[in-house]
Amino acid sequence: MSLPLSTFKQFENFGHSIQASSYQIPIQKTEDIFKAFQLAEKLGLKVTARGTGISYNDASLNGGGIVLNMLGMNRILEWDPGSGLVRCESGVTLHQLWRCVEPDGWWPPVVSGTMRTTIGGCLSTNIHGKNNFQVGPIGEHVVEFTAILPTGEEITCTPDSNQDLFYAMISGLGMLGVFTSITLKMKRIYSGLLSVDGWHVPNLSRHLSDLCENAPHYDYIVGWIDAIARGKDLGRGQIHAARQLKEGEDPDPHKTMQLRYQHLPDRFFGVMPKSLLHYFMKPFVNNLGWWGVNTARYIAGLRRHTFLQSHAGFHFLLDYVPNWERSFGSGGLIQYQSFLPKETAEDAWREMITISHQRGLPSYVGVTKRHRPDKFLLTHAVDGFSLALDFKVTDKNRATLSRMLQDFDQIVVKAGGRFYFAKNSETSAEVTRAFLGDATISKFKELKKRCDPSDLLESDLFRRVFG
Amino acid sequence: MLEFTHLFLEDYVSDINPIGGSPKPAMATPLNPRRRGIIIGASDGLGAELARLLAREGYTLALLARRKEMLDSLSAEINRESNEQRTFAYAHDVTEYEAVPALLRKIVSDLGGLDLVVFLAGVNYPPGGIDKYNFENDRKMIEVNLIGAMAWLHPIAEMFQSAKAGQIVGIGSVAGDRGRVGNPGYNTSKAGLATYLEALRNRLTRHGVNVLTVKPGFLKTEMLKAAQGPTPFAIPPAKAAEDILNAIKKRKQLIYTASMWRWIMLAIQHTPSVIFRRLSF
Repeated sequence: MSLPLSTFKQFENFGHSIQASSYQIPIQKTEDIFKAFQLAEKLGLKVTARGTGISYNDASLNGGGIVLNMLGMNRILEWDPGSGLVRCESGVTLHQLWRCVEPDGWWPPVVSGTMRTTIGGCLSTNIHGKNNFQVGPIGEHVVEFTAILPTGEEITCTPDSNQDLFYAMISGLGMLGVFTSITLKMKRIYSGLLSVDGWHVPNLSRHLSDLCENAPHYDYIVGWIDAIARGKDLGRGQIHAARQLKEGEDPDPHKTMQLRYQHLPDRFFGVMPKSLLHYFMKPFVNNLGWWGVNTARYIAGLRRHTFLQSHAGFHFLLDYVPNWERSFGSGGLIQYQSFLPKETAEDAWREMITISHQRGLPSYVGVTKRHRPDKFLLTHAVDGFSLALDFKVTDKNRATLSRMLQDFDQIVVKAGGRFYFAKNSETSAEVTRAFLGDATISKFKELKKRCDPSDLLESDLFRRVFG
Repeated sequence: MLEFTHLFLEDYVSDINPIGGSPKPAMATPLNPRRRGIIIGASDGLGAELARLLAREGYTLALLARRKEMLDSLSAEINRESNEQRTFAYAHDVTEYEAVPALLRKIVSDLGGLDLVVFLAGVNYPPGGIDKYNFENDRKMIEVNLIGAMAWLHPIAEMFQSAKAGQIVGIGSVAGDRGRVGNPGYNTSKAGLATYLEALRNRLTRHGVNVLTVKPGFLKTEMLKAAQGPTPFAIPPAKAAEDILNAIKKRKQLIYTASMWRWIMLAIQHTPSVIFRRLSF
C-alpha cells in the first residue's frame, strides 16, 4: 500500500462550514485497514475512519492525515427475518439497512434524522433517535461487533464479553479502533405506517411539559421550536408524537410495508423537483425571512391533527429537501445541541434563546427531544431533554456567534448539561472536561493507550475536545 | 545597469530538519477558521512581511528558509503576537530536491491540511557587468529560482488538483519579462518560473485551483541599498506583501507590485528588438 499525491482530497462537514484536506485510502476489506495502520505508522500520519461524512462537525475530518473511506465496506452479510438479527459491514448506510429489513416487517431500532449515516458512524457517536426516552441509543441494540485495533488485533465485543471496550468503542468517536462488522437487533413492525399526532405548544414551559408527559404514551416524540419567537411566545412550537400500529391495526400491512410506500416524494406540490428547492429557500434564510417562515408554520399547525405517515417519511426529515443546508449560504451552518436535565432545562434554554435574540443571532431551526441516561462511556444522554439549534455562519457573525456559543457552554455546564460529539463544532477541551469529568476522560485515555499505543487514531474532533 | 534585487543573496546551508518541534496548532472550527499555508523563502524581506500579514488573516503557517535563526525569531514574533501557535519553522534549502516530498508530508500533517503555498525563494547573482559571464552563478539561480520552485510546486499542484481546492502563489519578477544585457541568468530563471506558473494555471484552473504570479519591481530591502544604478518605484516589502494578500483574496492570476510596473513592462515588452538590443539596459 502506498500514498500517491492523487489521494489528497478536500473533505467537509455536513453544514459546509469547515474544510480539511487529507489523504484518502479506500477500504474494501478488513485487511486494508490493517495495511493503512502500518502505512500511517511508517509515515508518521494520523488516521480517521470516515463514512458518508455528514456529521455537523469535524468528527470525520483529519486535516493533513489519512482518512479511511469506509464506504467500500458496504455489504449486508446476514439478514435473518425470523429473529430480526442483521450483520453488516460498518460502511453500510441506514438507507441500505432499512430497505433490507422493512419489507420483512422490521425497522432499525434507532435511526438518525437522515438515512445517509453509516452504521460505523452511528456506533462511533452512539446516535439517538426520536425514541431515545423509550429504547436508548443505538448501542443498546448492538448484539456484537468486530473491530480492528491500531495494534493490528481484531477483537469481538458483546455486552458481556470485552465489556469495557463494548461500552467505550460505542460512543468512542472511532478513536479506539475501526468497526468492521456489526450485528444489530431490528425492531418488529406490523405496518409500514406510523400514527402521528401533531399539536402546537404556546411557550417553552408547555413545550417541555408536553414532551415529558406525552412521551410515555408514544414510541417517538419530537418538538419543533420557533426559536425566533420572543416574550410570552418564547419556546412556542409544535410537537409530533408517533406510535407504531399494533398487529391487526393496519388492514393491509403487506401493502404498506412495500418499499414504494416508504419513498419520500420527489416533487413538492406534485410539480417542483425537490432538488431545486434549496435555491428557493435561500432568500428566506435570514432573520426577517425566517421569522415569516416560522410564524406561518406555527399558525398552520395550530389545529391538532392526526395522520398516518410512512416510517421513512416520519424519521428522515433531513432528507426531504436534498442539499437544504446549501440554502444557508457560503459560510454554511453549524448546530448547537445541548442536553439538559428536566429540572434545569427550561431556565437554561430560556436564558440561551433570550441571549440569542439580544445579540441578533437567532437560530433558524430548533428541535427538541426527550432523553434518558445510558451507560456508554462518552454518553451525551441525560434524564431530560435536548435542544438542537441551527445557526447560519457568515463572515460577519463568526466572532459574535463564537462568543455567544461559549456563553451557552457555560450555561449548559452550570445547569448540569452535556453535549453530543457528532453535533457541536466549537466545544473546547475545557468544556469537555467540565461535563464528562476527569474520571471518564482518564478511563477513555487509558483504553485508548491500550488499543492505540502509538496514537494512530486521531480526528480533528478528538484533537479539539481531548487536545 | 539596473539589477532586480528584491530577494536575498546568501551562501548555502544544507539543513532540512524541521526546527522547533511539532506543537499542535490552534484547531480550526467553523467559527474560528484557520486556513493553512506554506511560505517557502520566509526569513526576511517580502517573505517575512507576507507571513506577518497572513498570520493576522488567521492562517496557520509553515515558514521555510535556510537561515534558522531568522526563521526562529520571525516565528516566535508571530506566535507571540497571535498568542497561539500560528507558525512552524523549518530550515530547508530548496535545492535539496529529494527532501521535498517527506518534508511536505510532515508540514501538511503539522498544519492539519493545506490551502495556500507561496514560493518566493530566490537568489540573484549579478555577473558584474554586461560583458561578464559566470556559469556557476547562472546555474545556482536556475537551481533555486526555477528548479526549486518546480520541486515544490509539482507535488503541490498534484495534491491541489486532486483536492479540487487550493491556491498557489509564485513570486516571479519584472526581470523575467524580457531578456536583458544585465543579468541573463536571472532573467531566464524568472521567465522560466513565470511560464511554469502559467502552465500550472492552465492545468489547474479547471480543477478549482488558483495560481497567482506576482511580479515585483524594486523592493526596499537590505539588498537594494547595495544595488548600483537607479531603482525607480521602489516600495517597502510590507506594501508588496499587502498587494499579494489582496490578490490572494481576490484570486487574481497576475499582479505587478508596485502596480505601475504593469505599464512599464508593457512598454518594455513591446519595444522592438531592433531597438532593445542596442540599449544597455
